[in-house]
Amino acid sequence: MITVSGVTKVYGDTRVLGPIDLELPAGGITALVGPNGAGKSTLLTIMGRLIAPTAGRVTIAGRDVATTPGRELAKLLSILRQENHFITRLTVRDLVGFGRFPHSRGRLTAADHEQIDRAIAFLKLEEITDRYLDQLSGGQRQRAYVAMVLAQDTEYILLDEPLNNLDIRHAVSMMTQLRMAADELGKTIVIVVHDLNFAAAYADRIVVLNQGQVAHVGTPTEIMCPEVLTGVFETPFRITNHDGYPLAVYYR
Amino acid sequence: MHETVTKAPPAPVRPMAAARRPRLWPRFVILTVLAVAAAVLVLTWDIGPAPGTRGFWLIVNMRVVSVATIVIVAACQAVATVLFHTATSNRILTPSIMGFDALYVVMQTGLVFFFGADTLSRTDGLPKVVLQSLLMVGFATALYTWLFAGRRGDLHVMLLIGVVFGIGFGALSTFMQRLLTPSEFDILSARLFGNLSNSHKEYLPWAGLVVIVVLALVWQRRHRLDVLALGRETATNLGLHFKREIIVLLILTAVLISISTTLVGPMTFFGFIIATLSYQLVGSSRHWHVLPFAFLLGVVTLLGGYFVLRHVFYAAGLLSVIIEFAGGLFFLIYLLRKGSL
Repeated sequence: MITVSGVTKVYGDTRVLGPIDLELPAGGITALVGPNGAGKSTLLTIMGRLIAPTAGRVTIAGRDVATTPGRELAKLLSILRQENHFITRLTVRDLVGFGRFPHSRGRLTAADHEQIDRAIAFLKLEEITDRYLDQLSGGQRQRAYVAMVLAQDTEYILLDEPLNNLDIRHAVSMMTQLRMAADELGKTIVIVVHDLNFAAAYADRIVVLNQGQVAHVGTPTEIMCPEVLTGVFETPFRITNHDGYPLAVYYR
Repeated sequence: MHETVTKAPPAPVRPMAAARRPRLWPRFVILTVLAVAAAVLVLTWDIGPAPGTRGFWLIVNMRVVSVATIVIVAACQAVATVLFHTATSNRILTPSIMGFDALYVVMQTGLVFFFGADTLSRTDGLPKVVLQSLLMVGFATALYTWLFAGRRGDLHVMLLIGVVFGIGFGALSTFMQRLLTPSEFDILSARLFGNLSNSHKEYLPWAGLVVIVVLALVWQRRHRLDVLALGRETATNLGLHFKREIIVLLILTAVLISISTTLVGPMTFFGFIIATLSYQLVGSSRHWHVLPFAFLLGVVTLLGGYFVLRHVFYAAGLLSVIIEFAGGLFFLIYLLRKGSL
């Protein structure tokens, strides 16, 4: 379970987030949605202890992310940010291998290699394992980063816009794979997504953020209704039902 | 995830990966051979007495001091620069940007300015060397912990302040140098250019000992260094306490640079050239490859340059001037070719 209590983030005089109180149960996929500047990524990075909140605390599986030793936390929780720049030149396999660092401290064992191979296969990167990251397209690179996080093999996985740069085929397959990871491996996954329909089709819970506050929390069917969405996104919405999934239509 | 294993057997992937990896060991062998050859040349070239006689060994023993100094300086500069690049996630900075060299210059100038030129040689000795090193490391540590570990915690602010300190020290030195008499200035400037010949035998064991301890600490961290090079967010995600690791790295860098500087004076560009060439030539981004490679390359370059200057051009003292010149050119070419930082 992820518990966020009283978390705020203030930059200068502007409060960009909070105070937020939120409980996400273990298991399943939670999608954070909301307009630009709503604080989705800020909340996710605070949960993943990459930035410290101005006030409040986050516990994951009962452990405070601010005080738990990084080495232990890295086996429990992994987080992937949107933008990653490395000064070193790495192949896909090198990168994915780094995901095993919390477990092996850099000396990869046979079991580590197995995990790496599994993560590479999971994201269908076998063809490009030996290519350098700077020779890849944005989508391939994105999948390589996710593979690294999967190789880390943590119970909790936080992903900041994992669909970034992915075409339709890869976006669908990414969401299917995350769904599999949640269902079959019992992972707890929190993602920031922009596409509401992806959130509705794959997530178990949707958290709607607006202006640094939690506006709504609920199942896709509860969230996907014009009253909720129109207010938050300031755009007229129509919701149709497609084979049992709510589908938001807002293009014109 | 377990299911996909059966769907896509990963077995054929790894042998291919192994095959496509460039083989690294020949490069290390070549460099080691070159380093040993250069050392033997420097030790034995152009000695009057016939090999094997007492006079021959006497001269060889004297030259061992130069070779040992060069090896220590090469290790310090090469490793310190690579560590600094990793710590700052930037491959165009050198530790001297943090005002190390400038601090050394201001200390020497201050000594001459306040106490006269003869103080320089009168105070020479282990206590002064230790004090100088401690001052430099203390300055760096204070800067790092105050700026980087503090509330702001911004690496770029810290670098900027380091640059400002460096400029400030430089200006202060220039001001004091203006007021010196020409003869005092002459004595001083001999100290301010890195000079492999004016190193002293009695410091070497101490310097060597400290360097070995630092290198052991670095080696112990080689895997962590690879992770730190991925940047703050990824390193934190992988379980490292980023700030603490970076401060440790910067302090180790400070120790290495201060030892090199107290032994032979400032060597602004040497570390940069060696580190940059190593990244290009070693064919791996792992620190356990890059660090030894950079060390060997540094030894080869310094010993080779020393030999050529001493026995071909008879101008041994000029080595660091040449390195600065060549290094400056290399720096410009690298910057222009790469087009960005």
